[in-house]
Amino acid sequence: MNDWVEACATGDIDEEDVMRFDHGGRTFAIYRSPDDEFFATDGLCTHEKVHLADGLVMDDIIECPKHNGRFNYKTGDARGAPVCVNLKTYPVKVDAGKVLIQIG
Amino acid sequence: MTDMARGMVIIGAGECGGRAALALRELAYDGPVTLVGDEPHPPYERPPLSKDAMVSEAPEIKAIASEAILAEKSIRHIHSVQAVAIDRAAHAVRLSDGSVLPYDKLLLATGSTPRKLPMPGLGPRCVYLRTFTDALAIRAHLTAGNRIAIIGGGFIGLELAAAARKLGASVTVIEAQPRILMRGVPAEIAEIIHEAHVAEGVKILCGDGIVSIADDGKQVRIALAGGQELSADLAVIGIGAVPVTGLAAEAGLTIDNGIAVDAELRSSDPDIFAAGDCCSFPLAVYGGRRVRLEAWRNAQEQGALAARNMLDTGEAHAAVPWFWSDQYGLSLQIAGLSDEGRSTVRRDLGDGAFILFHLAEDGRLVAASGIGPGNAVARDIRLAEMLIGKRAKPAPEALGSQAIKLKSLLAA
Repeated sequence: MNDWVEACATGDIDEEDVMRFDHGGRTFAIYRSPDDEFFATDGLCTHEKVHLADGLVMDDIIECPKHNGRFNYKTGDARGAPVCVNLKTYPVKVDAGKVLIQIG
Repeated sequence: MTDMARGMVIIGAGECGGRAALALRELAYDGPVTLVGDEPHPPYERPPLSKDAMVSEAPEIKAIASEAILAEKSIRHIHSVQAVAIDRAAHAVRLSDGSVLPYDKLLLATGSTPRKLPMPGLGPRCVYLRTFTDALAIRAHLTAGNRIAIIGGGFIGLELAAAARKLGASVTVIEAQPRILMRGVPAEIAEIIHEAHVAEGVKILCGDGIVSIADDGKQVRIALAGGQELSADLAVIGIGAVPVTGLAAEAGLTIDNGIAVDAELRSSDPDIFAAGDCCSFPLAVYGGRRVRLEAWRNAQEQGALAARNMLDTGEAHAAVPWFWSDQYGLSLQIAGLSDEGRSTVRRDLGDGAFILFHLAEDGRLVAASGIGPGNAVARDIRLAEMLIGKRAKPAPEALGSQAIKLKSLLAA
């Protein structure tokens, strides 16, 4: 379980924003919070498998671009209709200006 | 027993009614909740019916809550029956199976029904799309080589046209108006959708009315005012929807382009609420202009709002209307009602995607319409929706400049 993968450089994501990261046939969403911390979740909305990286980050919420399903990207918790299935989250660390996620 | 044992009754088990029932439980309401629907299914999402459900081999309903979840939440789902009368004095609803449901608070989420084409000659090959059963019946005809006539160039008809093309059917769209999507979609955006359909092989006939239809049960022959005649294996009629208000009207509730409700979604009877497609309500963001919306998110939001107000939270409707449509690889999203605008600012987003911002005379942003591949416009439309909700007056130059992030305008 020590499979840390480099996702991007810290400067690749604005504060309070999200980007898509594809690796090993899977897609992830990497977030930078308004207080400059990084987080990672599965990249597709649990409602209709839309890329969350096209969505909007407001505070600690990612909102799906298609049907506005909301999740707390720090915990993965679904926050209201139309989604009810939580997102899987992944450990993140920053090392030498790089954002690494532990895919597991 | 006190009246508390009567509980909440919701008529209409669609998106709106289903969301309302779930919301009551999320709000920790622990009295009886009864959801009554005339379809055999648990509440399900209707938008896929003109899209994904059409192209898959074995269409399935996308349930909002399965029967198991409803049972787990102690939501009683009475299906395949209709509500036939409301006895307001007795606080009770009579159902088509003869049973009577007493209520403390009643929610009418009866939705809308396809507007019928007022014309003789319609038969079994002339169909409407509203329910999963309708969708299955249409799907059976969407095969390679079959000729599908779609009457009405609105969202339902066009989405269905795209699905039918994907399955190899030959498609003609007949629209009496001078262009497709006359209602609520700016011409600049409708034109892009029109071109996409033509590029995919759909024939679109605009500005031509139907003078006669003859359906012999095997094929439909349609004669147009311009002299053209066409034959189809199936004609799908998508010319809008009308609110289902019969039950409310017979109970003496005020009807005004739908069941008239106040900002809290309360009808002219304080113990009866209405929400979703079936109601007209004052839209706060436009100074209380009374509107009726046939929109998925509106049904969701109003279902949840009605649930809160059935519990006396006294919360006024404050949402901004939002619509979307997917056709081929294009996604269209509209926040607000574009007819509120008097001037337009365009913002290009690259890859052909763009947003039109609609401004009122006083500079207030009142709507935003966007189109582009995939979800290219989604984020900015969502931000625009928030700006509209705030009644913001962003500088037109800022709206038009790709270099300025819309998010920065929210903070202003």
